[in-house]
Amino acid sequence: MVEVQQLTKRFGSRLAVDQLSFNVGPGEVLGFLGPNGAGKSTTMKMVTGFLQPTSGTARVNGFDILEQPLDAKKAMGYLPEGAPAYGDMTVQQFLNFIADIRGLSGDFKRARMQRVVEDVHLTQVLAQRIDTLSKGFRRRVGLAQAIIHDPKVLILDEPTDGLDPNQKHEVRHLIRNMSKDKIIVISTHILEEVEAVCTRAMIIAHGKLLADGTPDDLAAKSRYHGAVTLKLAARDEAARVLKELPDVLEVKNEDASNELTVFPRPGAAVLQSVSAMVEQKRWTVQALYQQKGRLDDVFRQITGGAAA
Amino acid sequence: MKNHPISILLKRELNSYFATPLAYVFIVIFLALTGVFTFYLGNFFERNQADLAPFFGFHPWLYLFLIPAIAMGIWAEERKTGTIELLLTLPITLWQTVIAKFLAAWAFIAIALACTFPMWITVNYLGDADNGAIFTAYIGSLLMAGGYLAAGMCISALTRSQVIAFIVSLVVCFVFVMAGFPMVVDVVRGWLPNGIVDALAGMSFLTHFQALSKGVLDLRDVVYFVAMIAAWLYASILIIDLKKAE
Repeated sequence: MVEVQQLTKRFGSRLAVDQLSFNVGPGEVLGFLGPNGAGKSTTMKMVTGFLQPTSGTARVNGFDILEQPLDAKKAMGYLPEGAPAYGDMTVQQFLNFIADIRGLSGDFKRARMQRVVEDVHLTQVLAQRIDTLSKGFRRRVGLAQAIIHDPKVLILDEPTDGLDPNQKHEVRHLIRNMSKDKIIVISTHILEEVEAVCTRAMIIAHGKLLADGTPDDLAAKSRYHGAVTLKLAARDEAARVLKELPDVLEVKNEDASNELTVFPRPGAAVLQSVSAMVEQKRWTVQALYQQKGRLDDVFRQITGGAAA
Repeated sequence: MKNHPISILLKRELNSYFATPLAYVFIVIFLALTGVFTFYLGNFFERNQADLAPFFGFHPWLYLFLIPAIAMGIWAEERKTGTIELLLTLPITLWQTVIAKFLAAWAFIAIALACTFPMWITVNYLGDADNGAIFTAYIGSLLMAGGYLAAGMCISALTRSQVIAFIVSLVVCFVFVMAGFPMVVDVVRGWLPNGIVDALAGMSFLTHFQALSKGVLDLRDVVYFVAMIAAWLYASILIIDLKKAE
């Protein structure tokens, strides 16, 4: 359990995090969303015990980060922003150092090292100095050091930043696999990532919590929620006709190709009436689907267009 | 003790000196300069005395340049690469990291100092040397090096630029070396009360090292250097805690 209570951080006159409170339980993958400078990293730095909060506190696994920092730190794995690591060490030496200082030893240490190196695919670079690694490998080394002690709580600051699409997919897969009995908090500004790995998303801006729910809940706040998109040649005619249907608020031509989107009035559904009309008019449609809602739309709406 | 966080971090730090050419370059330069100073500037042979006074006499000046070069990266580099965030979120306390980093750098200097043993062999070969006095002088030199190092480390914690850390450390160490001399005392005499001026004059690295370098083990000198180290390390802890966010 991670309990964040009234957490506040002030840098001079700037309020970076403003009385943030939330709880995260086992099995949850919480995605921290927000524009750059929203206070995501600062919050993580306080929860992991790097920065001292101006006021408020956080409890990790029951340990107060201010009163029992060592116990709290033991229960956590942390990947700081940019995945810093000691460049003059080889991957093997570095992971060995982290394992030692985290108190791993003997067979357990050997088993964890082997497991983590396999999971994160580091076998081929074990003997290389971290300085000489590509960005993708460095990020994976950062991830490996965060999970080496099999922590209950995992805090990852932009875990897929700078990775190529294959690597992103792999890291997300890894996070999903670990999530069963752990608490995972990731920060990101990639919205598809939230949909791909998170069970819960929080949107923060200016240090304040603006929205909290499952990615689907959040997406449902989008005006695209329940909207019907169709693709057909007779677009202009269809737009004119569909606009007259009851419950239709607006019909919008999408920029690309021959698509148009039909927005329902709040609380209404238009899928049935739209498809009935398509049949009645015998339009040839190439695609017709109902939208779940768009997270990026909600994000822009909530954070006031200050999206990153 | 082997699994204590301090000894794990100490080992990592000490290994990292030898992971790059820095350590070897440092040791070679240190040995070359002590040799040049002792034999040419110190007139080791012409003095016709079986002691290492010319050798130890130059240590305060050598350390003035070489130790800030070691200390400059200790925190500035952590800050610049962001590893400070990694280090301080591991289950190890801040004072443990400060002690471990200091001990690692100090051990490295001790290794460099130990590499000057041919000097000791030479003087024993040439005459009947007072080995007790030489041993005391070595201990004194190491203690003084610890003073320079602790000051340099503390200044390294103030900045993320190694160059700035080097220059500021050099100046601060220079002031401490010269503290008992008119150069520093005259500057402050005009506007500080006499008591403080005298106290400052008593802070000189040089005066406290002088007796030790001659083989005289005065407890006051030892206490002075130990207190110096403790004070700078304590200041480092405060500074790091204060400036973490930047």
